[in-house]
Amino acid sequence: MTALLDVHDLRVRFHSDDGVVPAVNGVSFSLEAGETVALVGESGSGKSVTSLAIMRLTPRSGCEVGGKILFRDGVERSDLLALPVEAMRAVRGNRISMIFQEPMTSLNPVKTVGEQIAEAILCHRAISRAAALDRAAELLDLVGIPEPRKRLENYPHHMSGGMRQRAMIAMALSCEPALLIADEPTTALDVTVQAQILELLKRLQERTGMAVVFITHNLGVVAEIADRVMVMYAGRIVEQAEVRDLFARPRMPYTRGLLRSVPNLVPGRGRRRFEAVPGNVPDPMHLPKGCSFHPRCQHFLPGLCDAALPALDVTEDGHLARCVRWREVASVEA
Amino acid sequence: MSDLAAALPAAREKPRRSRALRRFLRHRLAILGAIVIAVLVLGTAFGPHLIPYDDLHIDIRHRFQAPFLGPHILGSDQLGRDLLARLLMAGRVSLTVGFSAMALSTVFGTLIGATAGYYGGWLGTVLMRFVDAVLCFPTIFLLLALAAFVQPSVLSITLVVAATAWMEVARVVEGQVRALRDRDFALAAQVLGASDTWIVFRELLPNAIAPIVVAATLNVARAILLESYVSFLGYGIQPPVPSWGNMLENAQEYLSTAPWLAIFPGLAITLAVTSFNFLGDGLRDALDPRLDIA
Amino acid sequence: MSERILEVRDIRRWYTLPRRSFGGRPETLKAVDGVSFAIESGEVLGLVGESGSGKTTIGRTVLRLNPVTSGKIVFRGRDITTLTRAGMRPIRRDMQLIFQDPFASLNPRMTVGRIVAAPLAIHGASSPAESREQVAAALTMVGLLPRHAARYPHEFSGGQRQRIGIARALILHPAFLVADEPVSALDVSIQAQIVNLLLDLKDRLGLTILFIAHDLAVVGQISDRIAVMYLGKLMELAPTETLFANPRHPYTEALFAAAPVPDPARRSRRVLLSGDIPSPLTPPSGCVFRTRCPYAIGACAEQEPAFREVEPGHFKACLREELTLQGPS
Repeated sequence: MTALLDVHDLRVRFHSDDGVVPAVNGVSFSLEAGETVALVGESGSGKSVTSLAIMRLTPRSGCEVGGKILFRDGVERSDLLALPVEAMRAVRGNRISMIFQEPMTSLNPVKTVGEQIAEAILCHRAISRAAALDRAAELLDLVGIPEPRKRLENYPHHMSGGMRQRAMIAMALSCEPALLIADEPTTALDVTVQAQILELLKRLQERTGMAVVFITHNLGVVAEIADRVMVMYAGRIVEQAEVRDLFARPRMPYTRGLLRSVPNLVPGRGRRRFEAVPGNVPDPMHLPKGCSFHPRCQHFLPGLCDAALPALDVTEDGHLARCVRWREVASVEA
Repeated sequence: MSDLAAALPAAREKPRRSRALRRFLRHRLAILGAIVIAVLVLGTAFGPHLIPYDDLHIDIRHRFQAPFLGPHILGSDQLGRDLLARLLMAGRVSLTVGFSAMALSTVFGTLIGATAGYYGGWLGTVLMRFVDAVLCFPTIFLLLALAAFVQPSVLSITLVVAATAWMEVARVVEGQVRALRDRDFALAAQVLGASDTWIVFRELLPNAIAPIVVAATLNVARAILLESYVSFLGYGIQPPVPSWGNMLENAQEYLSTAPWLAIFPGLAITLAVTSFNFLGDGLRDALDPRLDIA
Repeated sequence: MSERILEVRDIRRWYTLPRRSFGGRPETLKAVDGVSFAIESGEVLGLVGESGSGKTTIGRTVLRLNPVTSGKIVFRGRDITTLTRAGMRPIRRDMQLIFQDPFASLNPRMTVGRIVAAPLAIHGASSPAESREQVAAALTMVGLLPRHAARYPHEFSGGQRQRIGIARALILHPAFLVADEPVSALDVSIQAQIVNLLLDLKDRLGLTILFIAHDLAVVGQISDRIAVMYLGKLMELAPTETLFANPRHPYTEALFAAAPVPDPARRSRRVLLSGDIPSPLTPPSGCVFRTRCPYAIGACAEQEPAFREVEPGHFKACLREELTLQGPS
């Protein structure tokens, strides 16, 4: 059974006044049906742009997208980047859906929530408006909003952040997509609400069997929700592994640094300094030669790490790392 | 570790100023406007010294000489005075009034607007409603009413014109200051114990320079035009001091016989006003903060 | 020298909102409603809460950036509650603030040097040459280079801008620093750098810090004691280790349960809060947390629980004494 989504060498470049900015530099990964993959990275990693490219929502002018994105819809596979505009519209919102970070700006403030969800349904299904509204109420109930019928008539500003995000999820699920892309959906929410939304997403996924690409910078969220994790840095995937394996045996120094930078709620450990990763994320227009992380890496070996871009090396079964020295790193820091 | 932390993201070092300059240079009309203004300013400043004729020199024998047909390049008027010389001297007056009125109205408008925008509350309301009230007066009537009470001279006309132009600046500044006042860096200055004056002049206004500059540039155009109106109607600059406005007034009776007496001052006013307007447009686009990704 | 740097007694900060309709009653937003705590010299007190908790308002109020509706603020033994602007001015040298948004907190039109030197200029402390030296020293102290003084904020990354903000706040060597969500807007790896920097500076300069954040894990890393707020009131206050080992308030337990743990082996969820945070305009009667509390009983609606000391140094506002609650596992 071929993978649901197969991304091959995705490249996205932006043309700006100051030159060409390579946001995504050759990203490849695949996703099976029902799987949850987390794309983790900090600013400039290219994680959000990757998701926009999958949905073909990158800006029309000043942006070049290269590579292949193969999506299996039922039996046939098509390259999303090669689809004509009409065909892509039929996919968007229908077979692949997306939810965003700020539900206030992604929901139309002058339309009721019920209208918006119904619209999303009517775009792809030939049913009556009344039937669409019924389905909208069902969806609101599914996402845990109390009194769903009443809520159909609420405007977005009447709802709290958590409720709005639930409404967004309802809209995204309205046509039972095979793939849901969630771009930092809980970052702007309070931590207690975030926990509820994560639980909801897990529950919905079990129920519908859809695959999820979850984009975040929060490693705690990744541990909660992902099956597999892909760590991105400067527009490339630098490590890829099954979630337990990544946390137990991070191979790439950036991943290790990232994990050590995360405060852990372990009592009785006493206050310790973080072992922070020094330096800053590189400027995408002036990436370091060779491995993009080497200026910040404590295992940097001149002549080796800055000579050529390392390929993704297989470290264990299903575990890839973009580091030429991963074996030494593993033994040193064991 | 500290070196790494200190490493600047390399390409971000291009200053905003060069980006603004590049945007400006794309605006051809604005560049044209700037050139014309430069020519006018230099011409009126140094021109009279380079021309053989004095603007006051009366030469009855060569009166009504048409342009290009005799010793006077742009012709002469009913008293035989060289039109070019008069035009340049008048230009000095009109441009002086224009720039000075702009300076006065900008300073005054900024003070009012900044006070209203920063303090808000009843003070802000009172000030802005006052601005609105003055704006309600049709400019020309306001101008004429003021001019009628005043002994016409370059200074008084400058003051009168400034009095009709400061309101727009006040509004612009009030909006800017009100928006900027709640930004974190303004709050940071408060936390440091800065006085209100410091916050307004050192923190807020420098961030509002762009719209003020644009408003000021457009105000010069307006000021020149208004001075011309007033002088044309006889309430402004009085002869024998030439201004483009009163030259037009003078040319009225000779419109059919010596049209050049009206054409050249009119052309001068048009050139000056449109040039400042183009310049203002160009500056507005160049300095638009939204086009800057900070 | 152990001094009580700050004491806050029963502080309330209420906002009167404009009337919604003509003839309607004006509504009162009780952003902070009766909070008391004290901070000793050299301590880091963490203040944790979600939206509407009032934690940012407390930070601002304590610095007298807001008028106080009622209560008292005592700073280094002086009552500063009703001081005028002029009266506060000399005190401001001693208490500073660092902001959440590293982009908005620096004036885009000023060079870094002028930004960091502003406190010196405002308080008339130094000659231009001394000023330059002090700015250089401040920049070096936060991990930047003296030559960065000539540059503009937009040329720096978020983490670096936050360092500039810290340099500005500390150039006059204040005794007390309020850090209002200083790392929330930064990347994870940079957050760690900045927290380390703050800890270093605290030791070096003998600072006392009020650290406000919504992330309990970060707060736990840096604070000696932690105060938990909800809807304008304090729920619990305890030394960090005690709070983590033995929380006594259901909301604290809920915060621990909700925080995503970066360890996939520990995925099981415990008690999760349902519902949303009530609007601060209409807080529940009695205990404000009762509408979401899994342990609420009838009495919780009738009576607001007093903020009492249940063990030495450990305070809570909860009627139910006998609960055994879980900290992070």
